[in-house]
Amino acid sequence: MSSDLPIIPEPPGDRDVVTYTQDARTVGQDDRFDSPLRRALGTTPFILTKFDQFMNWVRGSSMFMLQFGIACCSIEMMHTYAVKHDLDRFGAGVPRASPRQADVIIIPGTVVSKFAPRMKRVYDQMPEPKFVVNMGSCAISGGPFQEGYNVVKGAEEVIPVDIHVPGCPPRPEALVYGVAKLQDRVRNGESSPVVVKPYELEQFGDLERDELVEHLADQIDPDDLVMRYNWADSP
Amino acid sequence: MSMESLTANVDPAVLLDDLIVRTETHKHADAVVIRPDDVAEVMTRLKRDAGYDHLSCLIAQEYQDRFESVYYLKRYDDPTDEFGVVVPTSRDNPVSESAASVYPTANWHEREAYDLVGIEYEGHPDLRRILLPDAWQGHPLSLEYDQDRPQIVEFSEHANPLAEHGREDETMFINIGPHHPATHGVLHLKVVLDGEQVADLDTDLGYLHRCEEQCCQSGTYRHQIMPYPDRWDYASAGILNEWAYARAAEHIADLEVPEYAQVLRTMSAELCRMCAHFLALGTFCLDVYGDFTAVFMYAMRDRERIQKILEELTGQRMMFNYFRLGGVVWDIPDPREDFFELTRDFLDVLPAAIEEYHDLITTNEIFQVRTVDVGVLEPETAKAYGCTGPVARGSGIDCDLRRDDPYGYYPHLDWDVVTEDGCDNYSRLLVRMREVEQSARIVEQCINLLEEWPEDERELQSNVPRTLRPDRDAETYRAVEAAKGELGIYLRSDGTDSPARFKIRSPCFHNLSALHKLAEGEYVADMIASLGSLDIILGEVDR
Ligand code: SF4
Repeated sequence: MSSDLPIIPEPPGDRDVVTYTQDARTVGQDDRFDSPLRRALGTTPFILTKFDQFMNWVRGSSMFMLQFGIACCSIEMMHTYAVKHDLDRFGAGVPRASPRQADVIIIPGTVVSKFAPRMKRVYDQMPEPKFVVNMGSCAISGGPFQEGYNVVKGAEEVIPVDIHVPGCPPRPEALVYGVAKLQDRVRNGESSPVVVKPYELEQFGDLERDELVEHLADQIDPDDLVMRYNWADSP
Repeated sequence: MSMESLTANVDPAVLLDDLIVRTETHKHADAVVIRPDDVAEVMTRLKRDAGYDHLSCLIAQEYQDRFESVYYLKRYDDPTDEFGVVVPTSRDNPVSESAASVYPTANWHEREAYDLVGIEYEGHPDLRRILLPDAWQGHPLSLEYDQDRPQIVEFSEHANPLAEHGREDETMFINIGPHHPATHGVLHLKVVLDGEQVADLDTDLGYLHRCEEQCCQSGTYRHQIMPYPDRWDYASAGILNEWAYARAAEHIADLEVPEYAQVLRTMSAELCRMCAHFLALGTFCLDVYGDFTAVFMYAMRDRERIQKILEELTGQRMMFNYFRLGGVVWDIPDPREDFFELTRDFLDVLPAAIEEYHDLITTNEIFQVRTVDVGVLEPETAKAYGCTGPVARGSGIDCDLRRDDPYGYYPHLDWDVVTEDGCDNYSRLLVRMREVEQSARIVEQCINLLEEWPEDERELQSNVPRTLRPDRDAETYRAVEAAKGELGIYLRSDGTDSPARFKIRSPCFHNLSALHKLAEGEYVADMIASLGSLDIILGEVDR
């Protein structure tokens, strides 16, 4: 049998029942929704469900967006924030200049090899729970530049993404729709799973030693963070 | 007789006589082939004795048997006087002498050539990669580059800046960007501060280097390249960029453009220019005094108006793809009167809007204190760094390709080139604001022309062969006045239906290369203002 079949959780039979019910409430949920309150109230299911729902509603109704511009799509993103389209009408129009104050990051443009590590770092700096909206074909797949030697084939190679808004660039209306969809998902407590991405920041010393690593060994300190691109494996 | 007119009569072929290996004719200009170790001498003579004060473009490329750097020179006072210098080097040892000692703007040009193609320049002050990360392997536009080889990109450049620069050495190193609201995109400035003043500044590019030249080289002339220009200067200035490509391609393939299409081109291009200048205006105020609520929103409002017009015409708000080689794709939508009315409505409210901007910005005391005599760019410096467009015109250089190297319908219309000689941030903004008024004049005249145009003479495209195959080894460089300055395209054909070399001469790239001249010695906050006044778009800087 191949090992990549989905893992089916074991029945509670031989496990401690109390732990199982506790787990069922916390494990099934994405841990980005975890909070001290949630942990404190973890044993009182009724309050917890209601409180969770309440928190999700609050989250979805007041989204702080990171002021994050990359390429052409960011011009349309600015128009989405500005007069006429006014994203703020939907409770999602507070651009924050610092990732530490933001819940949502819109990726409006092409991610290239030099920028991806920085984008990853910005994403890492955002507090949980955090959500990602891909804006435009570039962020989805590399778009018109997919064949480029320097272009990461979509932001999803680097960070988890909740919503994709297609277009080149998407119209402001489309972005508003995408953000509204995200709000729906957040209100329902859904988000995309955080998994290991093909391109991660890692220490140079931890990379598998191959020709390239050997070649760069005298240039880069083993403790330095690097991102390794295996272009041949890209979609 | 003035010095300038004296130098203009010097024949470069005579001047360089002993250094010429052979001469070549490029489609737009004559060129000479020289030896790789004569570059500085040739450039010095051409600049000093023949008056070529503008190194407008450097193209590096690899052939089966050699590497080649092509320098195109021009004169600010007459950009139609062009001259090419071709420097071939062998494939095993691609080293040629640097021109950076003569033309400071060659510094970045040659770094780019080294980065992407792999030619080395001897005597270059600082030859390192400019667009790609430092640890990159190989040169992507060289013939043998393997795109699938893995690459490693370092993150350590962004280590804590304060760790090593303690208080003792009295300066402090800070990183601005690559993701910072004031850098207008993904630009990284490494700044050393002495107190609050900028002591040293290093511009780090390449965070949006999305291989535009490679993409264009793999597309076919006729249809596949035109969408890319829209994405260079993406401040809704797409049509101006399309024109750059159209002009070069029409030149290399000898295509005519019908007059009616020229009027449509001129009108749509000027609408784009207004759109781009409004963005520059709005974001500049955001940079200078954090005005997110009034001027920025007003600028956005006016952009929305123009985008509405452009959308009616082209079907898109930003990525127009409106030009075709030999014309444009669509006529004005029916009913035509509605379109004219829409445009006229906009032109009618524009003067009041501009007056409002002047009330809010240029006569605003805070704004004046922040911008007048700040970020001074002397005309000589501007020329040395290859600055063009509103940046050059804000330094009193009277240059505008629309007038000096005429194309489109501009020569038949009544408009003025705007210059200001303050050389500071204030002047650059003023130039843009006054250019919006000039663009409005042009649009208005075009609208009148289009309205009167007889119905049976509305020819949109000339006859263009289904597949374009320009003559083998034809090469040309053609430029237009884009929103930010001289946007030029170099094309070399190898007889197939896609270009063998496609090089973009980006005005933003050159304007940005002068930033350290504007910023050093100024306060760090004024550096941000200067950066804003250069009005860079990273898509065009990095390409
Ligand atoms: S999707 Fe299109 S508009 Fe958006 S960043 Fe990419 S190229 Fe630009």
